[in-house]
Amino acid sequence: MKIAVCVKRVPATDTRIKVGGDGQSIDTAQVEWIVNPYDEFALEAAIQLREAAGEGEVTVVCLGPAEATSELRKCLAVGADKAILLKDPEAASHDAQVTAGALAAAIEGLGVDLVLCGKLAVDRDQGQVGVLLAARLGLPCVTEIKALAVADGMATVERSGDGGNREKFEVTLPAVLTCDKGLNEPRYASMKGIMQAKKKPIDEVEPQLGSGLLDVKSLELPPERAAGKIVGEGVAAVDELVRQLHEEAKVL
Amino acid sequence: MSEYRGVDYYLLDDLLTEEERMVRDMTRDFVSEAVMPIIGEAYENAEFPLHLVPKIGELGMMGANLPEEYGCAGLGPVAYGLINQELERGDSGLRSFVSVQGSLVMWPIFAYGTEEQKQRWLPAMAKGEKIGCFGLTEPDHGSNPAGMVTNARKDGDEWVINGAKMWITNGTIADVAVVWAQTDEGIQGFLVEKGTPGFSAPEQKRKFSLRASVTSELVFDDVRVPESNRFPDIKGLKGPLGCLTQARYGIAWGGMGAAMACYDEALDYTLNREQFGKPLAGFQLVQQKLANMVTEITKGQLLAWRLGKLKEAGKARPQHVSMAKRNNVGRALDIARVARDMLGANGITAEYQCMRHMCNLESVNTYEGTYDIHTLILGQDVTGIPAFE
Ligand SMILES: Cc1cc2nc3c(=O)[nH]c(=O)nc-3n(C[C@H](O)[C@H](O)[C@H](O)COP(=O)(O)OP(=O)(O)OC[C@H]3O[C@@H](n4cnc5c(N)ncnc54)[C@H](O)[C@@H]3O)c2cc1C
Repeated sequence: MKIAVCVKRVPATDTRIKVGGDGQSIDTAQVEWIVNPYDEFALEAAIQLREAAGEGEVTVVCLGPAEATSELRKCLAVGADKAILLKDPEAASHDAQVTAGALAAAIEGLGVDLVLCGKLAVDRDQGQVGVLLAARLGLPCVTEIKALAVADGMATVERSGDGGNREKFEVTLPAVLTCDKGLNEPRYASMKGIMQAKKKPIDEVEPQLGSGLLDVKSLELPPERAAGKIVGEGVAAVDELVRQLHEEAKVL
Repeated sequence: MSEYRGVDYYLLDDLLTEEERMVRDMTRDFVSEAVMPIIGEAYENAEFPLHLVPKIGELGMMGANLPEEYGCAGLGPVAYGLINQELERGDSGLRSFVSVQGSLVMWPIFAYGTEEQKQRWLPAMAKGEKIGCFGLTEPDHGSNPAGMVTNARKDGDEWVINGAKMWITNGTIADVAVVWAQTDEGIQGFLVEKGTPGFSAPEQKRKFSLRASVTSELVFDDVRVPESNRFPDIKGLKGPLGCLTQARYGIAWGGMGAAMACYDEALDYTLNREQFGKPLAGFQLVQQKLANMVTEITKGQLLAWRLGKLKEAGKARPQHVSMAKRNNVGRALDIARVARDMLGANGITAEYQCMRHMCNLESVNTYEGTYDIHTLILGQDVTGIPAFE
């Protein structure tokens, strides 16, 4: 079983984001970088499938700057077999079409049975790349999966529909699946995994970049949150709290 | 609160390899996710978090510097040190467990043991399936282990051990004890297995320090072990001292881990707590404390890193290790005490870490050579005059 996992280098989720001087990008000076957390679910799923099958190969693919080798190395330490870096210093500025196009071009030649992505990257929160990638590859796609089993060239997947419905699908492979929290518990890299990772290959490839269809015009931080307010103390305050939540905050 | 990211005032991360950073980050994540949520309560209840051991084994943290052929990861000294640093950021008790298992039990089996002993114990101990302890200290012989009275007498193909050890980390939960005893040919090391008739390991209770760690007595009453359980080629005090040099190396890094946790907590707390109309961190007295802390941490980190590099190059002497153990644990203890003070009343609770670290570091300052014993080791090294007796 050959599996490709798309991973992105993103700012750590507790980063205090600053907008750059151009007003259109993020100031990356003080940023700590991590593997996009949803991509970790995808990687874990891929490793579990390979382990269950007792054979196969997991390739992580990343469109990113040269520095993204450290995130790829981490994926190799966790258990991926090899990595492809579509090296592009401008990777962060592309729209989802360009990103999906570059990933599709790289994955097409790999002959994989399955492509796994995170349901979204936590930097932009758009969730488009997986779906666009499936379209580019002409493959079926199920998004935001929370369960996955593979047998006889078919994947059985579950996702949460509206209102908490559990939806179950069967999909023929190859397919593109985007992974959600709850699918699995990503493992830590082990010390041995870290030692082995340095012997595994990271292929650096020139990405095939189409032209973008979207331009970022401006980025703004959300307004400062207003200070909290203490309505009163103990049971006596409940009525007033409910009234204010209802009439002023309008959340009840 | 944001995620713990360590303290790196002097950009010392630049001195680390990618692999070393990965080891550090992985251990840090593990501690943040698996240790921090449970350690305060474990400490209060005086319970060692035994449930973490299989996970620590799976991740390869025990004996991580020993070679792959024995199921270990074969890490270099700096990566190994960083594991200790991050574990002790969680709790000195957890780091003690890993130090004893890796440096005081697996290491001597690796360095002094027979091939059979290595095959039998090392892979299982790396996985955490078997636990070890190290018995050197006795009720009446602490800083001066050469005076030990526990003894082993040869009887045919067996050795008969009599005596008692005290303050032995992991004792009660250990499957095997490395025991140092007087023989006709000087001090020798033996592997004594749990359940051997005449051997018992009652736990020592009522500790105010290292509460999330098991400390025990080892009692030997005509305990018979086969000749195959003896370390064949090491005699004299250099046997146990060789182990201590390994463990002290890890402790030098560990001390800084605890110090970093305390500084991080004190900084965060004083930035957010207001008195007299502004954050505590805005007062000069508080800033002086923070400036001292971050300076001592930076010095300690450099000492540990340089020691790692010396070890890598085969140039580290035991006295170099003494300097780092003495300084880094001593300064960590100072930092923990000051942090405790800076948190005011909150600083005495289990909601915060600093008092737990402070109490733990009292043990760490005492074990593996007390602060003053390392002073004497350094004193002898620079003057050539021993002042122990
Ligand atoms: C929690 C904990 C866990 C431990 N785990 C282990 C373990 O796993 N295995 C093990 O073998 N041991 C272990 N120990 C024992 C530890 O190594 C000893 O406590 C330590 O070596 C000090 O010995 P002592 O307690 O007998 O103190 P002493 O040797 O009696 O020292 C008391 C004081 O006198 C000072 N002193 C001693 N000699 C001199 C001198 N010549 N000049 C000036 N000052 C001197 C010391 O610095 C110290 O301040 C542990 C201890 C603790 C607290």
